[in-house]
Amino acid sequence: MAFSDLLQFLFAGLTSGAIYALIALGFCVVNNTMGIVNFVQVDFVSLGGMLMFSALFAFGLPIPLGVLAAVAGVAIVAMLVERLGLRPARSDHHLVLIFLTVGLSIILRGAMKLIWGKNRMAVPPLTPDEPVRLLGATVLPQALWILVLTVAAILLLTWFFYRTPLGLAMRAVADNPTAAAVVGIRAGRVRLVSFALAGALGGLAGVLVTPITTLSYDVGVLLGLKGFAAAILGGFGSFPGAILGGLGLGVLESLSAGYISSAYKDVCAFVVLLMVLFIRPQGLLGK
Amino acid sequence: MTRRERLCYFLALHRTGLTVAALSLALLVYPLVERNPYTLGVTNLIALHVIVVLGLNLFIGYAGQISLGHAAFFALGAYGTAVATVTGQLPAWVAMAGVAALVALLALVLGLAALRLSGHYLAMATLGFNIVVHTVLLQWDAVTGGPSGFSGIPPLAVGAFAFDSEWRFHFLVWGFVLLALLLCLNLVRSGVGRGLAALAGDETAAAALGVDIRRAKVQVFVLSAVLASLAGSLFAHCYGYVSPDSFDIFASADLVIMVVVGGMGSIWGSLFGAALITVLPEWLEIFATYKDFVHGGVLVLVLMFLPQGLVTGLVDLVRVRLALRRRGDVAA
Repeated sequence: MAFSDLLQFLFAGLTSGAIYALIALGFCVVNNTMGIVNFVQVDFVSLGGMLMFSALFAFGLPIPLGVLAAVAGVAIVAMLVERLGLRPARSDHHLVLIFLTVGLSIILRGAMKLIWGKNRMAVPPLTPDEPVRLLGATVLPQALWILVLTVAAILLLTWFFYRTPLGLAMRAVADNPTAAAVVGIRAGRVRLVSFALAGALGGLAGVLVTPITTLSYDVGVLLGLKGFAAAILGGFGSFPGAILGGLGLGVLESLSAGYISSAYKDVCAFVVLLMVLFIRPQGLLGK
Repeated sequence: MTRRERLCYFLALHRTGLTVAALSLALLVYPLVERNPYTLGVTNLIALHVIVVLGLNLFIGYAGQISLGHAAFFALGAYGTAVATVTGQLPAWVAMAGVAALVALLALVLGLAALRLSGHYLAMATLGFNIVVHTVLLQWDAVTGGPSGFSGIPPLAVGAFAFDSEWRFHFLVWGFVLLALLLCLNLVRSGVGRGLAALAGDETAAAALGVDIRRAKVQVFVLSAVLASLAGSLFAHCYGYVSPDSFDIFASADLVIMVVVGGMGSIWGSLFGAALITVLPEWLEIFATYKDFVHGGVLVLVLMFLPQGLVTGLVDLVRVRLALRRRGDVAA
């Protein structure tokens, strides 16, 4: 097998891996503050693409502003989901909360289907598609954008968690919710912010990936589940784990599609998920 | 005791058995009154869902775990018997049992893996499993017929009597429902069932009292998968045609909604939940058009206001009201 082929697969894998990492981070943020799997994460991804589409074509915003508007829009929707959908629940039983996110996810998907229709749409890439040659492999500028913006998002997230009071509060809640409550950290606000972060991460993933896939109301389902598989692979709840798991899963998937079978590409992520649960259920970097 | 008290005592003592008997009688009489094949078709579909939901409800309500992949077990049951009877030329009943055994094995492996950790890993593992099964059904044309589905499945038969009309199928499928119902009702009152109920209440306490938590969870998971597989086989033989569309992850979500609406851990509620969610889109056009909103909305509202389920929740509400009023009477 030619070296350039391998390189091509690696690049493709890292690109999709960066997307999975963003989604996986979204899952981890909510898991760390609320202890639940947030199924709505899946729809934040589709919503990001949808808002980007509307920002560009319905409101005629330039691309950088469109990205910002889409990411902020998803973050706001995510906060609404938490405030109106989860907080009023009279129970903090995990089963009830997880099922609530399943229900909210169904509703959000229905709303997107109603607003934007069932047709597949195309979102333009951030910069025009002129392939770049890199060490014998062809790379789309969008792939480079994905890597750059993912790194930027991770740096921003790190700064937030380690350099701001709110980030400190969130780490405290993740570490020990009871102790955090005892010292007067307001749980409601932390949950709200964790949803906003999860929404922004998912929305960014959607904005970045939909020019490569295509956009439809359910594009996030498969991507989101792979993001979850990535989070498990890295160790659920661990941020470095989410990044490592995302990139690892992306590369594995791309290699299996390249060398084994592209028809069963989507199966790869779940085989990995099951293998991880079998062999090392705490994940690569889990406690 | 007066005669009336004795009667009341008898009724209270045998309430479960009497309700089952009444239900069986109603099911026997129903097809004699209702001859419309469309209506019978809907009730048969309800019955198929009830079989799956009964098992799933034991798993969710008693083991306190989430499965979002029961449509996959349903699919394996359906495609399994379809392939075994048409391609493999096996007798239908043998195929059904064989497939159920294979599904049990699969569920055992999946359950053992995903239930190693506490937490809700199984939810995602089963969801992933569902996607894998769905993808394989779509892609493996040679065996499953791919996206266009698999047709020509023969109806089930006993001797020369084939269950080939909606009317005949009614008795078969509701017979299975009654068996599954009796199994579940008896199971939750056995030692194993009490262990499960303890597990649902508090895992640590149950473990302290000697319940093998992991073993119990895996057992219920396997049981629920087998019930789903049997329902799937019945589904295939009833319609004679299966397509991958009926078994995607949204079908699994619908099954979960049925459980929640009926009440997690409520066996009688399963009947109600399955019936309500199956009938809604058939009943009014608008429910079919806005299916997402209706299903999602029902799920969210029930969880928010009556997390113990629609039936159990409302019954509890009425009971509390009555008790308060009685106390008020005594005070006055």
